Amino acid sequence: MKLIINKKEYNVPDSYGEKRLTDYIRDELDLTGAKNACQMNACGACAVLLNNEVIKICHVLVKDAEGKEILTIEGMENPDGTLHQLQQAFVDAGAIQCGFCTPGMVLTAHAFLMKNPKPTREQIRKALQGNLCRCTGYQQIIDAVEMASEYYRKN
Amino acid sequence: MLLHESAIKQVTGEAVFVNDMDISSEMLTGHVVYSKYAHAKILGYDLKQAKALSGVYAVLSYKDIPGENQVGPVAKDELCLAEDVVTNIGQAIILIAAKDKNTALEAEKLIDIKYEVLEPILEIEKAIEKNTLIAPVRKIERGNVEKELNKSKHKISGVLETGAQEHWYLETQSCLCIPGEDRNIKAYSSTQHPSETQAIIAEVLGIKSNEVEVEVRRLGGAFGGKETQANHIAAWSALLCNATGKPVKIHLFRDDDQIITGKRHRFLSKYEAGFDDEGKIISYSVELNADAGSATDLSMAILERAMLHADNAYYIPNMKVIGKAYRTNLPSNTAFRGFGGPQGIAVIETVIDKIARYLGKDSVEIREKNFYKKENDNITHYGEKVENNRLQVIYEKILKSSEYRKRRLEINQFNSENEFEKRGIALTPVKFGISFTTAFLNQAGALVNIYKDGSVLVNHGGTEMGQGLYTKILRIASLELGVSEEKIIVNATNTSKIPNTSATAASSGSDINGMAVKNAIDILKDRLASVALELLGSKSQKENIIFENDFVFDKNKPGKKILFKELIPAAYLKQVSLSSTGFYKTPDIWFDREKGVGNPFHYFAFGMAVTEVLVDTLTGYHKILRTDILHDTGDSINDEIDIGQVVGGFVQGVGWCTTEEIKWDAKGNLLTHSPDTYKIPTIQDIPADFRVELLKGYPNPNTIRNSKAVGEPPFMLAFSVWLAIKDAISVVGNHKSEPEFSLPATNEVIVLAVEKIR
Repeated sequence: MKLIINKKEYNVPDSYGEKRLTDYIRDELDLTGAKNACQMNACGACAVLLNNEVIKICHVLVKDAEGKEILTIEGMENPDGTLHQLQQAFVDAGAIQCGFCTPGMVLTAHAFLMKNPKPTREQIRKALQGNLCRCTGYQQIIDAVEMASEYYRKN
Repeated sequence: MLLHESAIKQVTGEAVFVNDMDISSEMLTGHVVYSKYAHAKILGYDLKQAKALSGVYAVLSYKDIPGENQVGPVAKDELCLAEDVVTNIGQAIILIAAKDKNTALEAEKLIDIKYEVLEPILEIEKAIEKNTLIAPVRKIERGNVEKELNKSKHKISGVLETGAQEHWYLETQSCLCIPGEDRNIKAYSSTQHPSETQAIIAEVLGIKSNEVEVEVRRLGGAFGGKETQANHIAAWSALLCNATGKPVKIHLFRDDDQIITGKRHRFLSKYEAGFDDEGKIISYSVELNADAGSATDLSMAILERAMLHADNAYYIPNMKVIGKAYRTNLPSNTAFRGFGGPQGIAVIETVIDKIARYLGKDSVEIREKNFYKKENDNITHYGEKVENNRLQVIYEKILKSSEYRKRRLEINQFNSENEFEKRGIALTPVKFGISFTTAFLNQAGALVNIYKDGSVLVNHGGTEMGQGLYTKILRIASLELGVSEEKIIVNATNTSKIPNTSATAASSGSDINGMAVKNAIDILKDRLASVALELLGSKSQKENIIFENDFVFDKNKPGKKILFKELIPAAYLKQVSLSSTGFYKTPDIWFDREKGVGNPFHYFAFGMAVTEVLVDTLTGYHKILRTDILHDTGDSINDEIDIGQVVGGFVQGVGWCTTEEIKWDAKGNLLTHSPDTYKIPTIQDIPADFRVELLKGYPNPNTIRNSKAVGEPPFMLAFSVWLAIKDAISVVGNHKSEPEFSLPATNEVIVLAVEKIR
C-alpha cells in the first residue's frame, strides 16, 4: 500500500498495515516529530493532519491512513526551507518550553487556522483543548496562534 | 536573543529526545515487570519460559545484579529489583530485554509470580496509628508557643489535607544505554541529576563511576519527577545493556510511568493559632505529617522545606513546627516543584483565611498585618533574616493594578443578585527560600573551551528540561565574555565534562551553573587580558581590559579595539590555555537540623497573585475569571523565559489546587493512572483574563547578573485560586461559617462544602 506523507509517496509493505501509525512513522520513516506521550488518544502529542483534519495517530492503524494526505511537523516548513509563519509565531511568542507537545500543538493550530483565520481567543482555546502541555500554562500558545492568524487571513 | 535556544528545532520536530534516538538495528527494548500488590511476600517465579521465547535476549531478577541491589539516593532503603517482599504496587521485580515491545509483553505473560498478600498501609492516618515514622521527628521552634496560645484572646484550630500530585511530564521516563569498550557504558537518560544517575548505574553494575558516562541534551519536562525517579529507569536499562551487550532503551508507557513513579507528598496537617483583635498572629503551632511512600527518597528534605515554609510571608513571634514523615505502601513519593513548600504554605494561608472570616475582616488586611517587615519583625522562625524584602512593594502595586478593593465591592454586588452562581476573590503572597537546604549541594561546575577560530563551547552541570536554562546560560556566557551568542554553543550536559554535579533542582539551575560559567570565563579573561595588553601596545592593567560586543579594548583608550576572534589565535600562538573549568559554591549558608536554626537560604523570591473565580454552587464547577500576578525575578536574565516560568508554574499549581485528584482503591491500585482519569489543566482551565508582570527595578544582590530563581515560587501563587473558590463558597453562609475545605478543591469538595453550609 501507499502512504502520502508531506507530499511524498511511500511504498509500505502490507505487513505494516496493523501497526499504529505513530510507531510506523517514528520507527520506520524516522519522522520522530510526532511523540508517544499517552498512547490513548488523549494528549495530542502525536497529532498530525490527515486530509487537513487533526488526528491523534496513536489510535490510527497504518492501513487506515492509506491514500490520505498526511502532514507531519516535518512537512510544515515553507517550500524554501524557512519556518512557516505559525512555527515562527510559536518561536516568537515564547510558546515553547520543553517542546514535547509542540509538534502536535502546531499542527492542531494549523488545521484550525485554515478553517478559521479570524479566531477569538475563546475559539483558539476550544480548538486546542485536546492538546495537553505541562510546561507553558498555555498563555503564550494562545498568543502565538493569535499572532499567526493574520498570515492565514492574508493567504 | 530572546528566543529559547532550541525553539527552532522544537517547532520543526528536529529536537531529539531520548525516545527519538534510534542508534542501531541491534537496539533492544527494555521492559519492567512490576508488583501488582501493595504489600506481599514473593513466594516464587520461574523465568525459564520467558527466557526461551524467541526474540527475548535477557530476563533478569535481583539475583542477576552484578553490583549492589540498591537505588536509594539518600538512604539505602530502595531496592533496584524486589527480593522476597514487595512494598508497593509498581515496584520492579523482573527486567526483560527483547527485540521489540510486543515480544517483551509476550515474555511477561510467561512469568507467573506467586505472592502471599500482606496487609498494606495506604492512608496517613493508619501510618500515624501504626507509627511507621521513616526518620526521627523534626522540630523547629521559637518563643513560647503553648504559653502564648493559652494567653491568646482568639484561637482557631483545625486539620488540613493536601493531596498528592502526578508530575505528568509529557515525555515519560526514558533511558538508552549503549555498551562501550571493556565494561564501559554510556547512558542517554532523561534525568535531572546526571551525576547521581551515573553513580547509581555504577553501583548496580559493580563498576566505577569513571566507567559510566551520562549525557542529557534535553528532557520533555521533569518538575522534580526526574530528580531521583530517572535513576531507576537508567539502572534497569544499564542492567539489561550489560547483560545483553547490546544497546537497550526503556521508554515507559504512560500508565506504567504513573503507576511506578512517586508523586508529590500527601500531607495531613494539624494547626492551632492564637491572634489578637486585629488579626495579628501571636502564636502558631503546626504538625506536618507527610506520606513518604515505601522508601525514604528525598522525603526528609521535602519535609524540611515544608517546615521552613510554614511561615510563608508572615512574621509570627511564637511558632512551633513539628515534621513527621511516615512509611506507607505506595510508591516512594518524591520531589515536585515547590518541594514541600506548597504543603507548608497551604496551612498558614488557611489560618490567615480563617482568621479573616472569624474577625469579619477582608483577608488582605490580615495578610498585610502579618507580613514580614523591613526594620523589625524580620527574622524567620529558624533564625534567618528576611533581607531585601519585597512584600510591601509588591502588595501595594498589585492591590492597585488588580483593582482589588473596587472588584471586591462589585463581587459583593454580584453575589447579592445571584442565588446559585457566586464569585470569590483572593490575594495570596509567596516568599520562597532559594538554595538547597542540604548546604553542600549548593555547588556547580563548568568547562568553557575557546577554539582557535574564536568559537566558544560552554559546558555546565545543569539540565535543560524546558525551563530555559541553556538559553540563560548562553546569555550569561555571551555577556560575560563579550562574545555574540551566535559564536557560542551550550553543550549537552555530560558527566565526563562536568563531574559531581548537583541535581538541576531547587530553582537554582541558572543561579549556580551561571556563576560557575562566569567563574570559568573570568579565569579565561584574565589570561586573555595579558595578551590583549600586548596586542594593544598598552602598559595599562589587566583589570582595564574590556570584553564587549566581540571586541577587546582598554577602557581608558576605547578608540583602539581588537577583534575577539583575532585575539584568540594570537593567544594560542603565545601558548595560552584557552580552556578553563569554573566552580561556584553558594556563600554563607548553613542549617543546624538538630537545633532547627540557621541561614539555609541565599535569598528569598517573592510574588503575589490576585484571582477572581466564579463558582456554580449547585455543580461545584468553577471558572477562573481573572488572575493578576506580580512576581519578583530581580534583574531578569530573560523576561520572556521568566514569564513563561511564572505562567507555567502558576497553572501547574492551579492543577494541584483544583482538578488533579489522585485516588487509590482499597488495595493500593492507582485509579487515576491515565489522562482520562487524571486531570491536569487544559487550555480551557487557565484564567480567562490572565495578566502577568515581573517586578522591575529591584536587582538581587550577590547573584549572577543580579537575577533571581523563578522555577518553583510561582507554583504557590495558585493558592489565590484555591482561596478565591473558598471565598465564593463562603458567600453561601454570608462569610459567617467556615467552609469545610481541602486541597484539591474538586467539584465534589466544593459541592459538599456548600451543602454543609446551607
